[in-house]
Amino acid sequence: MSAPELYLLERAGREGSETLSVYHGSGGYKALEKVLKTPLTQAEVISEVREAGLRGRGGAGFPTGLKWSFMPDHEKDSRKRYMVVNADESEPGTCKDRVLMREDPHGLIEGCLIAAFAMRIDAVYIYVRGEYRKPYNRLQAAIDEARAAGLVGDAIMGSEFSCEIHMHKGAGAYICGEETGLMESLEGKRGHPRPKPPFPAGVGLWGQPTTVNNVESIFNVPFIIDRGATWFARLGSEESRGNFLCGISGHVERPGVYEVPLGTPAREILEDYAGGIWKGRSLKAWFPGGSSTGLLPPDLIDTPMEHDSIKAIGSMFGTGAMIILDETACTVRASEVLARFYDHESCGQCSQCREGTEWLHQIFRRIEEGGGSMEDIANLERLAMGMAPGKTICALADAAAIPTLAVIKHFKNELVAHVEQGCCPLKANTARAQEVRV
Amino acid sequence: MAFPAALQAEFEELIKNYPDRKAGLIPALHRCQEDLGGWITPEIMEDCAEFFGLEPVEVYGVASFYPMFKLKPQGEHVIGVCHNLSCDLRGAQAVLARVIEKTGAKVGSRSADGKFTVEVLECQGACTNAPMFDLDGVYHEDLDEARVDEILDGLR
Ligand SMILES: Cc1cc2nc3c(=O)[nH]c(=O)nc-3n(C[C@H](O)[C@H](O)[C@H](O)COP(=O)(O)O)c2cc1C
Ligand code: SF4
Ligand code: FES
Repeated sequence: MSAPELYLLERAGREGSETLSVYHGSGGYKALEKVLKTPLTQAEVISEVREAGLRGRGGAGFPTGLKWSFMPDHEKDSRKRYMVVNADESEPGTCKDRVLMREDPHGLIEGCLIAAFAMRIDAVYIYVRGEYRKPYNRLQAAIDEARAAGLVGDAIMGSEFSCEIHMHKGAGAYICGEETGLMESLEGKRGHPRPKPPFPAGVGLWGQPTTVNNVESIFNVPFIIDRGATWFARLGSEESRGNFLCGISGHVERPGVYEVPLGTPAREILEDYAGGIWKGRSLKAWFPGGSSTGLLPPDLIDTPMEHDSIKAIGSMFGTGAMIILDETACTVRASEVLARFYDHESCGQCSQCREGTEWLHQIFRRIEEGGGSMEDIANLERLAMGMAPGKTICALADAAAIPTLAVIKHFKNELVAHVEQGCCPLKANTARAQEVRV
Repeated sequence: MAFPAALQAEFEELIKNYPDRKAGLIPALHRCQEDLGGWITPEIMEDCAEFFGLEPVEVYGVASFYPMFKLKPQGEHVIGVCHNLSCDLRGAQAVLARVIEKTGAKVGSRSADGKFTVEVLECQGACTNAPMFDLDGVYHEDLDEARVDEILDGLR
């Protein structure tokens, strides 16, 4: 295999990669210049991104250019409009946007400006999870630097295009990563997702047309504009193009965030990039794209990491964050930890989700501790079926139900073993420090 | 009651970023917690209510929704140990046990000497460097028990 072409992490890790001078030195803001000086029209920018086939990196894989085209026609609808960059990054296993913001903040800023230009937006908010202090500070410093250089604010590069970029801090709630929960939170309220429709492109932030995109999605944009849709379309697989940042964590030799072409077999990422399972052990189970995508068995590890192939095996590409469990890990314990997470993070608006996540947590916990019954396993399935798909205001209920159904589908033996033995057969590996009730 | 002048001035600037000043509430709560004693006191809620044109109970409603806002006094140092999956797989429970042992604080409360608050956190987005904890707003990653000792001993 020839070495893949890399671009996302090309600058990251270089001395001073977060500064304007290093960014400029490596061709930074060239794409923005191309847009403003050629000049390209709004429609041309959107069609370039559409043709490139970029799919959103925030979880759903929705085509970015298509999403942008949903913004109302400026001629017919002159309302103020907004763009939000989703940097809430809270899906367990996911830690890629953090790398981009910390190491290459100007790349994100340039992407924001091009996207804002394309959608005739003059105010962008970057919503960063509150705990990410360093990435937040790096981005804020980069925005200040860019503003001083005439790249953010009024009459950018001397053109007629003006755009402000504002930083905004979240405060530790996973649900604020869901785009409508995010908008409520940005408005200063509890992060309660809104029913859809109406969709954000029609009624978003402060009731105005709004587009929400993930950090990594926007980060791809300057490369597409600079190098062209045909260049981008050559990377990755036919239906999922470009490279993606794969965070691989858990029981591997070299956990890390790697730049990988979409379509690379999961096994190759596990073995070649991450150095294989740690301690010479073997694979028991893996998540392809964050905790909400559900555990998969080892015999599916040759699946290409791209949206359609992962969907075809009954899972989701999600955020592309692989979590690896070795042979000593317990899938019931893993399920309990995640059920606790979803229980903690449910906003409580929908009864299926509010009650369902709590029940899932309690039942997984009971089974893990050895007090479960066969009826409990049946109830897990019944509950999960009642929570998803599409039965609630947002997809958090689905995100809790999917891993539950997956563990029953692929690892029922382990659930049954817990019930039959009246304890966790792998307890030594899952010792609790202290009972923590949340 | 009112905000100290510097914060007041900062918040006047902050609200210019938004078409509706209420949007400044969450960033302002962060700044209050940072500068005014480490937790959101009833006085802070009242001041925020006045500044943002809200009822105090609305501010409470927001502050209590977000795990990063503390509604009771915290120790001098706050340690949040991530106990989500990637960290759990790589020894978060051992790290947590060590933190509890070293600080004498139970999860969710302060140590008797008031020096430490220990809490457990959901995924902090540092999973490829698990296990980790957040100490006073700074991530410490790739932890093991020896590193925990080193970091906590460095505080005393
Ligand atoms: C419960 C929940 C949490 C989410 N968290 C995030 C997140 O932290 N970051 C993110 O970019 N998208 C997150 N999403 C997806 C967003 O709703 C939205 O689809 C995404 O930001 C769109 O960006 P993209 O089209 O560029 O992928 C979440 C969705 C749900 C249902
Ligand atoms: S599905 Fe859950 S998190 Fe989403 S709105 Fe309903 S209760 Fe809230
Ligand atoms: S699971 Fe601990 S940082 Fe993600």
